[in-house]
Amino acid sequence: MAIHEKSLIESDRIMEHESLVVDGVDVSGHWNTMIKPRYIADYDDDFEKIIQSYGGGENVHRCWQCGSCTNSCTVYALNTDFNPRYWIYLTRLGLKEELIKDKDIIWQCVSCNKCTSICPKDVRPEGVMKALAHWLEDEGHTETSPSHVFDDEFWAQVEKTGRIEDAHVIMNFFKKTKQPLLQPWLTAFTTRMIKHLPFAHLIRMGLNFVFTPRTKSWGRTGKVLRDYVEGEKVAARQRRQQIKEAA
Amino acid sequence: MAKVAYYPGCALEGSGGPYDRSTRALVKALGLEMVNLRDYSCCGAMEVKNVHPMLQTYLSARNLAIASEQMGLDAVMAPCNGCYHNLKKAEFELATSDKAMQTVQELAQKADDPVYKGDVRTLHLLEWLMEELGPEGIKQRLTKSLNGIKIANYYGCMYTRPRQIFPEKDQGPGSESSYQPHFMDDLLAASGAVNVDYPLKTACCGGAHTLSDADTSTQLVLNLLQSAEDSGAEVIATECPTCHSGLEMHQVRAEKEFGIKTQVKVLYFTQLLGLAMGLSPRKLGIHENVSDSIDFLKEKGIIG
Repeated sequence: MAIHEKSLIESDRIMEHESLVVDGVDVSGHWNTMIKPRYIADYDDDFEKIIQSYGGGENVHRCWQCGSCTNSCTVYALNTDFNPRYWIYLTRLGLKEELIKDKDIIWQCVSCNKCTSICPKDVRPEGVMKALAHWLEDEGHTETSPSHVFDDEFWAQVEKTGRIEDAHVIMNFFKKTKQPLLQPWLTAFTTRMIKHLPFAHLIRMGLNFVFTPRTKSWGRTGKVLRDYVEGEKVAARQRRQQIKEAA
Repeated sequence: MAKVAYYPGCALEGSGGPYDRSTRALVKALGLEMVNLRDYSCCGAMEVKNVHPMLQTYLSARNLAIASEQMGLDAVMAPCNGCYHNLKKAEFELATSDKAMQTVQELAQKADDPVYKGDVRTLHLLEWLMEELGPEGIKQRLTKSLNGIKIANYYGCMYTRPRQIFPEKDQGPGSESSYQPHFMDDLLAASGAVNVDYPLKTACCGGAHTLSDADTSTQLVLNLLQSAEDSGAEVIATECPTCHSGLEMHQVRAEKEFGIKTQVKVLYFTQLLGLAMGLSPRKLGIHENVSDSIDFLKEKGIIG
């Protein structure tokens, strides 16, 4: 018999043979497909705690798998491989290897907060997605995602001046992700944008670019916040180290 | 009428310039009173919380504290959904976690910033207009009409979600709803527009990944534009600079890269209300929008 819903089985576990003889019986043709058996032994009991040590992952233990997050998810509607409920399930079981299979799309959460709004257990899945993306990067499973590059660039400017300037963030982001600034659609957009802009406004934008807007009373704030966050991150890393060592 | 502190945030200083100008012009025309929030900082937008959640809480609390401690005001009004969301989230986090409150206050003392005490509230521009005037107050002040143009009201993500941080929403008649928001519908209907039944009013535009995952954003924006057209809308009214720029950027991208053209115009709701108050398109920054709606507005007899 043919295997229905083959799409639900990972392709590397499906064995198809031109001709196949099992225990002396020729099973070629309709019976040619076998599925490699699978057993799971790599549960990591502490994985949930590791994810909880990242900002946003604190409430992952509350999940009771109702699926509301995935059901409401904006990205799931575009790509059914993007499945927050399933990733929270894997996190709670500690099945890291399974989770890593989806490493390239987890960062694509658009932060629309539909999941967090609807979750009956206050898991805050949007935060869990961020925590998972950060873990994947920390452990070297993924490169720093473009979204993370954007976040860091944004914060670097706020830390320095208290504010951001659009053009700087965009230009630095393109530079750091090695993308050309002159993409045809961006050029078309910019051309249309400045076409009708009043001259005085263009001058102001130019001046903003040179003399970046800043919060005058920003003073020590950026440094105090940076020190605080660095301290928190060191503490979280130590917590993770302790969890690993205890295991 | 209560005076509020106006918090434009970085977006209205930059790419959301027309939203800032139309907000100021509209507020003046309506006879309401607001003063600029003194020397504010960024609210953290959507990015800073991903570096560390406390950064966003602190930045927002700092801005709220400026209003109450330095300016003696008890309300901050933000027209930007991102700013509004972040200020509300900080209010919520600090009202529900003593530990967070203590951290924020300690950091403020260290940084020599005004200390947040929880005695100030955040309003979105839509909420402020509803609180002060409501549809009836708008009607009384009209000098023109939007002449029955068909509008899809687009609220985006951050004005309604997560609903936990907006305790005043979903409180029955008169209050805003987080699932079916209607404040913008009410105000624009009072100005003579016809609101179409728009199923995607709180759908996401992919603003968080406008540049970092452009394909996803373009797809989401196309859903919004095409669904608006299917609903019979001529204009999408926006109330968020990120949504507005996202819609405009990806409308251009869809056209340039995928050859998919959509006709629906994108205008800030403040620009539409301003037109109904008889303000000039130039004053409302309408010609600064990438989505060119001047000819359309002339055709409809809204501008001369």
